[in-house]
Amino acid sequence: MKKLIRAFTFGIFALVPMLTLASSGGVHLDKAGNDLTDKESLKSGFKSYINYCLGCHQLQYQRYNRTFADLGISEADGVANFMYTGEKSGDHITNTMPAKEAAKWFGSAPPDLTLEARLRSPDWIYTYLRSFYVDPNRPFGVNNTVFKDVGMPHVLQSLQGVRTMDEHGKLSEATGGSMTAEEYDVFARDLANFLEYTAEPSKLERQAMGYWVIGFLFIFLIFAYLLKVEYWKDVH
Amino acid sequence: MIANFMAWIEKRLPLMDAMNKHAAQYPAPKNFNFWYVFGILASVVLVNQIVTGIWLTMSYEPTGEGAFASIEYIMRDVDYGWLLRYMHSTGASAFFIVVYMHMFRGMMYGSYQKPRELLWIFGMLIFLVLMAEAFMGYLLPWGNMSYWGAQVIISLFGAIPIIGDDLTLWIRGDYVISGATLNRFFALHVIAMPLVLVILVFLHILALHEVGSNNPEGTDIKKKKGSIKPEELSKFTFHKQYSEKYDIVDAIPFHPYYTVKDLVAVVIFLIVFCWVLFFAPEGGGYFIEAPNFEPANNLKTPEHIVPVWYFGPFFTILRVVPDKLMGMITMFAAIGVLFALPWFDRGTVKSLRFRSKAHMINLTQFVICFIALGILGTLPGTDLANNIGRVATLGYFGFFVAIWFYSKNEKTKPVPERVSG
Repeated sequence: MKKLIRAFTFGIFALVPMLTLASSGGVHLDKAGNDLTDKESLKSGFKSYINYCLGCHQLQYQRYNRTFADLGISEADGVANFMYTGEKSGDHITNTMPAKEAAKWFGSAPPDLTLEARLRSPDWIYTYLRSFYVDPNRPFGVNNTVFKDVGMPHVLQSLQGVRTMDEHGKLSEATGGSMTAEEYDVFARDLANFLEYTAEPSKLERQAMGYWVIGFLFIFLIFAYLLKVEYWKDVH
Repeated sequence: MIANFMAWIEKRLPLMDAMNKHAAQYPAPKNFNFWYVFGILASVVLVNQIVTGIWLTMSYEPTGEGAFASIEYIMRDVDYGWLLRYMHSTGASAFFIVVYMHMFRGMMYGSYQKPRELLWIFGMLIFLVLMAEAFMGYLLPWGNMSYWGAQVIISLFGAIPIIGDDLTLWIRGDYVISGATLNRFFALHVIAMPLVLVILVFLHILALHEVGSNNPEGTDIKKKKGSIKPEELSKFTFHKQYSEKYDIVDAIPFHPYYTVKDLVAVVIFLIVFCWVLFFAPEGGGYFIEAPNFEPANNLKTPEHIVPVWYFGPFFTILRVVPDKLMGMITMFAAIGVLFALPWFDRGTVKSLRFRSKAHMINLTQFVICFIALGILGTLPGTDLANNIGRVATLGYFGFFVAIWFYSKNEKTKPVPERVSG
């Protein structure tokens, strides 16, 4: 009987990882190496977002002035350099693309990206932005290895250049872009970093507070334990 | 002055007497171990859920149009809104962890046996209401997993013959999950269920104090009046409700001894809880699932629709039965047999420590099956997973069948008269 139990237990624990692996889809993601404390990277990601992404993708839950404050941008600087369409600084970061028409243009409306880094992952965004390749069968002439048959055109093609896929499914080096491969990686990383920030603006504050709270609890634990020992002298 | 005031109150409402009866002079066995902290921890989490829930309600908007955005409003614009929200979401998972541990303790030490059957039933009712509460609460963020999880579970009722379709319509208040569903789930989640839950917890504790706490050895600390030599009686003062009826041995007053001991447990629990809360609030994608960072969309199904982890065991039981109606019946039966555990177990020896080898093996296989069912519930339902799930389902129900057979004439060890150690 014991043997049976042991075999059964082993079976369960050996099978679970297999089942998990089988379901994970298996797209390899490159590590973005994000750093939310790197304000320059966040600022650069913010700037790129405004210039290249916002036309189609809103950040409808994130406000301009909160972003300025968190990224260390002064209100005046922010209004002058990050806001082009006359909103108030307390407004959410939105665009005016009509969703219904956009769905016709691209197959589906470009999603809001405020929470994209939590829906997928920062590494996913980083890898995705670097994985477009030429595919004449697609409406915009490009496809993506991370998001197959994506409706989005390669908006950053002028920066990255074009990549092609060989018969083994391997992507070529990009050619004809205004950035080197390294520069483009940094560009993509800054965007991924910025989107990790917008997905949870209070992440750094949360972690910082965590150390204090848990530190306090450990000290409290000492006193709670001593109190217990003191009282339980009566019992023993 | 104060004393007079207290006496005035006491005459009209015996508060101090109730305090003594339920805390300061409540006889608790002195040998509670690790497994006895989860009741207190469950109350701590209950209070956490109620308090953070009240504050979340202040900024939450229970409409299909506004719910998702209002959660992000809480996360960004409300002062410490993120903290309240994570306390609540982490609390939901923590609630089930401590409740499952608490229930396992009851099974291990036979705390459901006579005379504690009603106490066990109140506990099971709490578990049932808690599941309803959690299920409804999970819809409120109006994320895509909220939406589809609710869709799948509610559609189950459609499998009931004749009334099924009308019943699902009645539950949803619409032909699909919609703002109408969200609105009623909100009402049930913030007032109806918590109210029932609090009343049941109150009854659970009253029923506990009436029959007294069990302990890891399953010995009785209340002996027949006059059967114990005075020098062997517990040296502490207990409320006359207990001490007039029984000779009490091996017991200590719940307060201050267990309150200070439980305080240590609460702090350790809070350290773990806060670690998750502050450093991993998504709980590795199990406490807050990734598809829930996208608003509910009735045209876009998440890749794998699985319920939150704490429903895993029951969801697997549902899923591995090929027929939908039979699956639902089996799932409810899985909860039903737990209710009936005091009658499946025909034994009189409570604690695992003094029960037979067969019982040890049976309980072990039950735990393995339950955990396996839970893990499988979070994975996609492949053929392989479903076959393992079927074996585990048999093991789950097998526990109850087996215990009914061997417990009648079980080879047990003698239970000591007194608590040892």
